[in-house]
Amino acid sequence: MTGPVFRVLPRLGTDNRFFWTSGRDGVLRFLRCRGCGYYVHPPTPICPECLSRDLTPQPVSGRATVYSFTVNHQPWSPDITEPYVIAIVGLVEQDDLRLTTNIINVEPGGVAVGMPVRVVFEDHDPVFIPLFEPAPVDGAEEGP
Amino acid sequence: MTERFEHRVVVSGIGQSAVGRRLGRTGLDLTIDAALDAIADAGLTVADIDGLATYPGGGGGPAGFSGPGSPDVHDALRLRLNWHAGGIEGPAQISAVINACLAVGSGLARHVLVYRTVTESTAQGAGGRGGIGTGVPEIGGSQQWSIPFRAYSAACWLAMNAQRHFAEFGTTREQLAQIALTARRNAGSNPKAVYRDPMSLDDYLAARMITTPFGLYDCDVPVDGSTAVIVSTADYAPDAPRPVARVEAVGTALRGRPSWDQFDDLTTMGARDAAASMWERTDLRPADVDVAELYDGFSFLALCWLEALGFCGRGEGGPFIEGGSRIAVDGQVPLNTHGGQLSAGRLHGFGFLHEAMVQLRGDGGARQVPRPVEVAAVANGGGPIAGCMLLTRWR
Repeated sequence: MTGPVFRVLPRLGTDNRFFWTSGRDGVLRFLRCRGCGYYVHPPTPICPECLSRDLTPQPVSGRATVYSFTVNHQPWSPDITEPYVIAIVGLVEQDDLRLTTNIINVEPGGVAVGMPVRVVFEDHDPVFIPLFEPAPVDGAEEGP
Repeated sequence: MTERFEHRVVVSGIGQSAVGRRLGRTGLDLTIDAALDAIADAGLTVADIDGLATYPGGGGGPAGFSGPGSPDVHDALRLRLNWHAGGIEGPAQISAVINACLAVGSGLARHVLVYRTVTESTAQGAGGRGGIGTGVPEIGGSQQWSIPFRAYSAACWLAMNAQRHFAEFGTTREQLAQIALTARRNAGSNPKAVYRDPMSLDDYLAARMITTPFGLYDCDVPVDGSTAVIVSTADYAPDAPRPVARVEAVGTALRGRPSWDQFDDLTTMGARDAAASMWERTDLRPADVDVAELYDGFSFLALCWLEALGFCGRGEGGPFIEGGSRIAVDGQVPLNTHGGQLSAGRLHGFGFLHEAMVQLRGDGGARQVPRPVEVAAVANGGGPIAGCMLLTRWR
C-alpha cells in the first residue's frame, strides 16, 4: 500500500466528529469517563463501567499492539489492486480499547500478532484516518 | 428442571425449493415452492398455517440477500395469521425459528411457517454484488469502524478471528482445510449440493487467497434457494404423517459485546455464549449428539462452533479436526453431512436445520449417518451473531 488509496469515509455527526477529526494535530483521542477513567469506544453517551454520563475526548499515546490481522487479496472493489493489511489493534492504555485499522509502511508478510505499532494519520481533511505502522522496538522516539 | 417452552413445540415439516446457481427465479417464487413443500410434509394445508416468521425480513442488505418479506408470503398464500414476525436482529438466522417456537410455546399460534430465502447467485450474476460498503460516498453506524479501512466483507472481519486463533493455539490451514474437505466429501452424496466434485488438500491449498488465512474454499458459495420449516404445537405430533423433531433446547445468549471487532475474545465469538446458554437448558451433553450441522459461511466458523458446543476444548479445534476422521459421517461428531454452505450452497443457516431433520428422520440416503440419529445440534452465525438449537427424534 504505497500510494494514496480510495477510502469510503465516515459520515460525521455529533457523537463521532471528535474521533475522526482528532488526527489534525497528530493525536489520537478516545472518549474517556471522567468518573472512573475508563476509555469508551465506539463513542456512547454513558460509561458502561460506572454509568457516569460525564465523558470527554482524551488524548492517548497512539501506541498499540496487533491483536489480529488479515492480508486482503480479494478485489471487493475495482480500486483494489494490491494486497493490504487490515488489523485490529489494542491501545496500550487499556486492554479492551481496540480499533480496526490498516497496518502500513511494512510489507504485508511482515505483520504478526503481538507486533508493536503506532498511529499515523492519513489526511482526508476534515477527516484524519488513524492508521498504524510498526513502532521502533526501543521506543526511544516515542511521543507524545 | 422446570418446564421449558421448547417442549411444547415440535418441528413437524421441512421443505426446500430448487437450489442452484443463477436460477433466475424470484425469491417469492422459490419461497412458495419451499413453503408448500413444508406444509405438505407436515401433513397440513395452507389454511392450517396461523403463524409466519422469517429472517431477515424483506428489503435489507446486499442484492439477493433478504428474500421476500413476510407480508409478501402472507399475501401470496392469503394466510390468516394469529402471529407474524420478520427481522434480522437476534440470535442469527435461526432466530426466526426460535421466535416461532416462542409463539407456539406461548399459545399465540399452532402452526408457524418459517422460511429463509436467498437469490444471491442470480444477484451476483447481474453484477449486483460488490463488497459491503463499496460504492457509497460515506458510511455511518457500526460500519464506519470497518469500511473506511477497506474491510469490505465479513470474510475480512472473520479472517481476523481465525488469525487470532492460529496465533494463540497454533491452528494451521492444513487443519482448517478439513472443514472444507469434509463438506465436499459429504456433498458428493447430496444430489442438491452445488459443488460435488472431489477436492484434495492440494486443491484447497492451491486455491487463490481471499484474505489470509482464508482461501477460496474457506468461503461459502452464493446460491439461489429457499428453505422452509413448520413449527407446530407438540399436541400435533401424534397426527403428523412424518417423524417430527422435539426442540430440546435453544441457545440465544450474547453475553459479550455485540461487535465484530470489540467482542472480548475473537477466538470464541458469540458462539461461546449461545452454546453455553443452550447447554444450560438441557440435561443432554455434547457426547449425546449424533450429528452436528454447524454454520460454515467460512470454514473457521464451524471449527469455532465445534469448540463452543464442547465437542472439544477451547483452542483444541485444530487438532480435533486434523485428518478429518472425527468429523466424518462415521466419526465421533459427523459434521455438515449435506456439504454445508461451503459445498452445498449458502442457504444462510436454514440448510443446516433442514439437514438435521433429514438425518433425524433417517432420510439421508448415501449421506445418512450410520449410527442411529437421536440428537442433532444445529448452529447458525459467526462473529457476534450466534444462535443454536438441539433437536431430538420424537418417535
